[in-house]
Amino acid sequence: MDASLHFDCLVRLADDHMILGHRLSEWCGHAPILEEDLALPNIALDLLGQARILYDHAGKIEGKGRNEDQLAYLRLERDYRNLLLCERPIGDFGHTVLRQFYFASFMGLYWSECQNSNDQILREVAAKAIKECAYHIRHTGEWVIRLGDGTDESHQRMQNAVADLAPYVGEMFHMDETSQQGAIAGLIPDVSKLAATWHAQVAPVLAEATLETIEVKPILGGRSGQHGEEMGFLLTDLQFMQRTFPNMTW
Amino acid sequence: MNDQQEIPLWEVFIRPRNGLAHRHCGSLHAADATMALQAARDVYTRRGEGQSIWVVPSMQITASDPTQKGENFEAQEDKIYRHPTFYEVPDEVGHM
Repeated sequence: MDASLHFDCLVRLADDHMILGHRLSEWCGHAPILEEDLALPNIALDLLGQARILYDHAGKIEGKGRNEDQLAYLRLERDYRNLLLCERPIGDFGHTVLRQFYFASFMGLYWSECQNSNDQILREVAAKAIKECAYHIRHTGEWVIRLGDGTDESHQRMQNAVADLAPYVGEMFHMDETSQQGAIAGLIPDVSKLAATWHAQVAPVLAEATLETIEVKPILGGRSGQHGEEMGFLLTDLQFMQRTFPNMTW
Repeated sequence: MNDQQEIPLWEVFIRPRNGLAHRHCGSLHAADATMALQAARDVYTRRGEGQSIWVVPSMQITASDPTQKGENFEAQEDKIYRHPTFYEVPDEVGHM
């Protein structure tokens, strides 16, 4: 397989996990209750753990001597290829749990398919991530149901979250040149084939939460490095330490 | 504060290994039993402490009255013959 294709496929997956993990970590010390102050960083650490292995692997495939820190912290904004869904601001708690529910439901299917990947490391990450993902789906799904079918205010906030995140759903299942080539090479799943199952899994939860689903034209861009305005601020935070103290380690 | 806005309190019991009993390890707030189990998993088993979790609504626990401590417990203090410390335990028995 072409090394640059292999690298691109791994890095976009790693970027999804690191950027979303960073967003989740913003809740640390600020969650509405202590229990969630631990639950959300637990999920963030799962995502960062997955991202680290993927970056490390990608760096070796690339063969230019870049390690996980250099890939995670020292690229320019346009070089990050995460889904726009992952970089959206945390919003309120409703936005956060809905986004996580969407992404975890997607990754549950993705990792399941990755068990057939011809990349051994991807298969190993998948084996671990499937269990982690199952809990993320369960935990965030339960919150979506309780907040959606909760008080008038919590219902309204969840419905707003559904509307705000609707444009970012489609990108998960969008196939560009890299994802097509990656799927043909047997490296990563064909994400367009995951859409129907994803909708079938998410719809009953939203229905139980008394939330109306909204279909809108997807906004694309993350996979080609075209990010929202908020991404620059995110990277400023994320990259601060490595840029200020190059090559620092803990 | 309005009672309905209070998130109920739950007591958490963790069984560290098969064969051992569930032990009380703390409490937490959760809206219902499902969320209490998840919160217990997130708060109390982060370092691999558990194989099994119980959660019980704190309201359901009937506790002894601290003001009755004397009549409940102090009467036992001078009855040392109730402790099984007067037996020789052979080494082969191991941990009891």
